[in-house]
Amino acid sequence: MQELLVIAVGSAIVNNVVLSQFLGLCPFLGVSKKVQTAAGMGTAVIFVITLSSLVTGLIYKYILVPLSFDYLQTIVFILVIAALVQFVEMVLKKMMPPLYNALGVYLPLITTNCAVLGVALKNVQNDYGILSGVVNGFATAVGFTIAIVIMAGIREKIQYNNVPAAFRGSAIVLVTAGLMAIAFYGFSGVI
Amino acid sequence: MNKCAERIYNGVIKENPTFVLMLGMCPTLAVTTSAINGLGMGLSTTVVLVMSNMLISMLRKIIPDRVRMPAFIVVVASFVTIVQFLVQGFLPSLYDALGIYIPLIVVNCIILGRAESYASKNPVLPSIFDGFGMGFGFTFGLTCIGIVREILGAGQIFGFQILPLAEDGKIGFTPISIFVQAPGAFFVLATLVAIMGIVRRRAAKKGRPLPAASGCLGGDCASCGNSVCSGRLAVKTEAKNDDEEEVS
Repeated sequence: MQELLVIAVGSAIVNNVVLSQFLGLCPFLGVSKKVQTAAGMGTAVIFVITLSSLVTGLIYKYILVPLSFDYLQTIVFILVIAALVQFVEMVLKKMMPPLYNALGVYLPLITTNCAVLGVALKNVQNDYGILSGVVNGFATAVGFTIAIVIMAGIREKIQYNNVPAAFRGSAIVLVTAGLMAIAFYGFSGVI
Repeated sequence: MNKCAERIYNGVIKENPTFVLMLGMCPTLAVTTSAINGLGMGLSTTVVLVMSNMLISMLRKIIPDRVRMPAFIVVVASFVTIVQFLVQGFLPSLYDALGIYIPLIVVNCIILGRAESYASKNPVLPSIFDGFGMGFGFTFGLTCIGIVREILGAGQIFGFQILPLAEDGKIGFTPISIFVQAPGAFFVLATLVAIMGIVRRRAAKKGRPLPAASGCLGGDCASCGNSVCSGRLAVKTEAKNDDEEEVS
């Protein structure tokens, strides 16, 4: 239990997926203009990464390793994730229209988001079991959500500030991300 | 042959993936802690880019349009796996430094973007040179950013101390170590984006506008030029299904 907690805190806060590992930077910069959309994107990412860590973990442990095909992990994982996201999208569209309306627009943005593949590969690299892998995936995605929601909150305020002409747009967002990264860097003593 | 030279020029200068198109930002930020890491990542990406452009261009008449995305992904992922093992075998120190970012070359927008927009429509030789051009452009960009970060963060270039450090009471350079850590990457990129913004405006004033940034910094992911980055396995199929629903 304690081990799982360490994994969770470590991936959610200490090694934040966006601010210290630079994975999932595209949605972080692109979909962080409003808090509401950022939260929607975060929820979709939590959903997809948790599910994909489970599926890739199962495939790795019960298919790739027994057949000693583990060197094919990159190819298998990327295809599985891409297919999974599209499958989830179709299932949500048919079975749960309200959830689809809330998350649907964000799902296609996620497939080749490096964070999803990154988590799957990290789980293998760190020899996590299925449960620790899922916990790691969930925590990583929560870390992503924390970062993107804070960023959206700051960006809503930036609109009222007088930013130098050259830094308007994505440059000031990157400076903000850097300052957030310094703040998160302070957590590195926690574990 | 002239066309091949033009592809190299296009990749390195005119549509430089790092400075002009702003593609592949994940590795750009993550591995540029030193010039040598940036160079290693850039060259690994170049190899994958050239090989995948070549194979995709060879297969462009065989791959059915509807399943082209999964086909491209399989081709790219195979070459990434090969490169990963070569680096692991022959350059273990680089492999340790780059870590998880080597397999993540698969999701680099540049590679699938070139496959989709160039290699799948053009003959083999120009596609190979397009891969070289884009790859060298990316390598150049990563190495430059790596050099800037290494000088500011450690006073070194490629591991050689060029700025004497302040120690034993001597006057010298105090490394700003934040620049070789995660936050520094954001600051360097922010400065780069700001400078490119000014260059872009000047170029537009002169009547020779630069190509728009097509990566995540150009707008949001939804506006990303290539459907790969926004993650559609089968673009055509999806559209067709929608049509069918309307008919029924």
